[in-house]
Amino acid sequence: MDQKGYRRGSFQSSTSDEDMLEIAGASLDFSMADDDPPLDREMGGFSSYNGGGMNGTSTMMDFLEEPLPGVGTYEDFNTIDWVREKSRDRDRHREITSRSKESTWALIHSVSDAFSGWLLMLLIGLLAGSLAGLIDISAHWMTDLKEGVCLAGFWFNHEHCCWKSNTTFTDRDKCPEWKSWSQLILGHGEGAFAYILNYFMYVIWALLFSLLAVLLVKGFAPYACGSGIPEIKTILSGFIIRGYLGKWTLIIKTITLVLAVSSGLSLGKEGPLVHVACCCGNILCHLFTKYRKNEAKRREVLSAAAAAGVSVAFGAPIGGVLFSLEEVSYYFPLKTLWRSFFAALVAAFTLRSINPFGNSRLVLFYVEFHMPWHLLELVPFILLGIFGGLWGAFFIRSNIAWCRRRKTTKLGKYPVLEVFVVTAITAILAFPNEYTRMSTSELISELFNDCGILDSSKLCEYVNDFNSTKGDDLPDRAAGPGVYTAMWQLALALIMKVFITIFTFGMKVPSGLFIPSMAVGAIAGRLLGVAMEQLAYYHHDWAIFSGWCSQGADCITPGLYAMVGAAACLGGVTRMTVSLVVIMFELTGGLEYIVPLMAAAMTSKWVADAIGREGIYDAHIRLNGYPFLEAKEEFSHKTLAMDVMRPRRNDPPLTVITQDSMTVEDVETIINETTYSGYPVVVSRESQRLVGFVLRRDLIISVENARKKQDGIVSTSIIYFTDHSPPLPPSSPSMLKLRSILDLSPFTVTDQTPMEIVVDIFRKLGLRQCLVTHNGKLLGIITKKDVLKHIAQLANQDPDSILFN
Amino acid sequence: LSPGCEFLFPQASMMFTQCTWKCATSVLLIVLLCCILSPPAQASKSSEDIRCKCICPPYRNISGHIYNKNVSQKDCNCLHVVEPMPVPGNDVEAYCLLCECKYEERSTTTIKVIIIIYLSVVGALLLYMAFLVLVDPLIRKPDAYTQPLHNEEENEDARSLAPAPTPSGARANTVLERVEGAQQRWKRQVQEQRKTVFDRHKMLS
Repeated sequence: MDQKGYRRGSFQSSTSDEDMLEIAGASLDFSMADDDPPLDREMGGFSSYNGGGMNGTSTMMDFLEEPLPGVGTYEDFNTIDWVREKSRDRDRHREITSRSKESTWALIHSVSDAFSGWLLMLLIGLLAGSLAGLIDISAHWMTDLKEGVCLAGFWFNHEHCCWKSNTTFTDRDKCPEWKSWSQLILGHGEGAFAYILNYFMYVIWALLFSLLAVLLVKGFAPYACGSGIPEIKTILSGFIIRGYLGKWTLIIKTITLVLAVSSGLSLGKEGPLVHVACCCGNILCHLFTKYRKNEAKRREVLSAAAAAGVSVAFGAPIGGVLFSLEEVSYYFPLKTLWRSFFAALVAAFTLRSINPFGNSRLVLFYVEFHMPWHLLELVPFILLGIFGGLWGAFFIRSNIAWCRRRKTTKLGKYPVLEVFVVTAITAILAFPNEYTRMSTSELISELFNDCGILDSSKLCEYVNDFNSTKGDDLPDRAAGPGVYTAMWQLALALIMKVFITIFTFGMKVPSGLFIPSMAVGAIAGRLLGVAMEQLAYYHHDWAIFSGWCSQGADCITPGLYAMVGAAACLGGVTRMTVSLVVIMFELTGGLEYIVPLMAAAMTSKWVADAIGREGIYDAHIRLNGYPFLEAKEEFSHKTLAMDVMRPRRNDPPLTVITQDSMTVEDVETIINETTYSGYPVVVSRESQRLVGFVLRRDLIISVENARKKQDGIVSTSIIYFTDHSPPLPPSSPSMLKLRSILDLSPFTVTDQTPMEIVVDIFRKLGLRQCLVTHNGKLLGIITKKDVLKHIAQLANQDPDSILFN
Repeated sequence: LSPGCEFLFPQASMMFTQCTWKCATSVLLIVLLCCILSPPAQASKSSEDIRCKCICPPYRNISGHIYNKNVSQKDCNCLHVVEPMPVPGNDVEAYCLLCECKYEERSTTTIKVIIIIYLSVVGALLLYMAFLVLVDPLIRKPDAYTQPLHNEEENEDARSLAPAPTPSGARANTVLERVEGAQQRWKRQVQEQRKTVFDRHKMLS
């Protein structure tokens, strides 16, 4: 048989309307897949989990009809069949339960099977926490490497280098063991030449790190670039991207994430940490048969792993679970909730025991103050919410426009050069301003900090009147010159961050969005907070202040404004709701600030939704054309199933396979001539009564295997899907029974079914295709791609932008 | 496993015989995990790694000062750490109320181990990349395998090229041949990924 007939030369979707599948490259070259071992390696193939038909009970134990290896697996860039996977898992569970009564070993097997989920969560938490600790410690060290080196041990970063020595109150950074590059090379750290040398070394290190990152990504794991969350959302909705969650992607993503963050680019590590955690989840799934062989169960594990990823990024286990529930997962059964929480807790605990920041804190910018706020302050908080919403909408529009340009024009042909140029611009602009020179997490930490008498940073340089200091209660104070300098530096930093993040997010290095958005919001919030504070100090006799802010009392906390601003901007970009508020209040450790946070988050979401409907991740999903059926939006048009189904009026009739009258040659011709991912099986061409649905991949594997291994199968052998072979004269060649690969319960709707119900069915059940009948006879087929194209068409978007199946 | 076991527990025997590359990598990962986790577990509380840090703000005409001392957690308060005490006896209480003392711990071993692991992994990857770019094409010249790190158009011939047949003619079962086969597969996979992401911009744009 000619294998070349199966190959598709181009990866682009063909112009044929009825295209359902791209086969990437050679058809039976399963060795391309990371997860699937090649056919010749599998010893006995699958166990009988998926044996003998989807719902056949008697054929389950039929070892004579053992299913072939490869049947029931999926091609790359295909959608899984949720219904089949779930029913397979139920079959497997039933079998184990029924076998457990037979012997002690089987009982142990069933207990360990039930326990395996929890063990897997434990392992995922441990691995995700350890990797997060590695990333944190290495990123800290490498960020400081741009500025100098520690003589007491090159592996110490600035803070740890100065740990043992006594620093002064005003200059907490200086200690003899830490030498900046100019001090190392020139011997002294003062003067214009030393400054220029420091500048030069900073830029050189930044360029070196980012170039290394992009070369590693390009050379070893191209899937490791970007944030990862849009692709993980698509994978969790049922799409298969082989290699996206593999070992090499994990290693390269971990390594290059540290490099990218250390190079001073305006990106964060939270999104990539979710990807890293999901890779851990996927890799550890291979240890357990229950999860290795079932794609639906694996996605439950991936949801839990995503929760663990966010949990270590923010030190917020509950926020992590809610983020996984709200943003990332598609189907989130309640059982997964408890397990996700367990995984998130284990990960957070592991990270804490590695102790990357000292003081057993999990996140660099943990907030410890509990100052009260007043109801009138809700007005500036809502203002911050509006700012967050506006910035979010602006960022999404411009970032998508830039990414589209990168995708379609020549800009996309030079990824390494692009990274080089962006890093150079970022480093050159960032060094002069001390607030952009420090790492973004440190900046946020400083902005969240409430100024007390113990602080001596520039931002806290208020005019202190020591005579009126009563213990720890600070009065409100006028801003000193340091604060004014800090304000305009922060304003410049804000402008720079707003614009440079647009070009940074989406580059070919791992890049996250959370930290830059929080930084933008924190800067804006702090500016507003200091302005309010000074307003209250100089005009405490105004009506709005006199009620609650008596003279001499410190009533406004700029740190709180920074926090609320950060939440507003993050909410504006990602459109997170509950998870955002929970993450922020887990960061602060108290419930006092829930109302301001919620006010800002809600305002920012409303403002941003009024301008543009999608969050950043959904916008990227749409830009890339992933086949993601949005679960949150309502379908509100009045079309019917027959408007969407294929074949349309002028198309050739539906390609079907009859249940017992086609030969092997006929089936092979159909497979060669069409590219559909499955074929309905009918009783006969005249009656068009539906028997079931058979998938293309299963058909190819079975026919090829039959030709090679079974005796007497030739091109004129009849293929039958019925239980008993059709009566034929004895001289005809032996027949091929393929009932085991037939799905006897395909979903059908009538042609008059409204599309809103059809879309609902696709969403809720996770279907790939749905057959359309009319008066009981098979009329056509609706696939997920047709549904997506239809939705896109009705929303006036380009329906051809849906690329994959 | 004995033949009886194979008959009774076909799944178990299949799983055991399939313990190949995947098992090896997972064992390696777990070992790495233990390596990362054991330093903090064994972190001896050496005197190097604990300290009590007291920050005292400016008070009257005394400037602010930071005091470090490695004492245990129960001794971490102003009276034990701040010495010499800059204020006379009756002011000590007022002064100490302003000071804030925090007990901090760290593990230098963990930091050292992690940084060294990270640098060695980066170094290993760089060496491997150099090997693939420079040395590998020279070794594989007879097989006409195209350079692995450059963008290229879809090349059906490269795809259909199987790994080089073993000279003895036996099945590719020795460790070296399996590694070769795995490496070839991995290279093809990376090439496919590179085409998808960098050339055709189908994903991750």
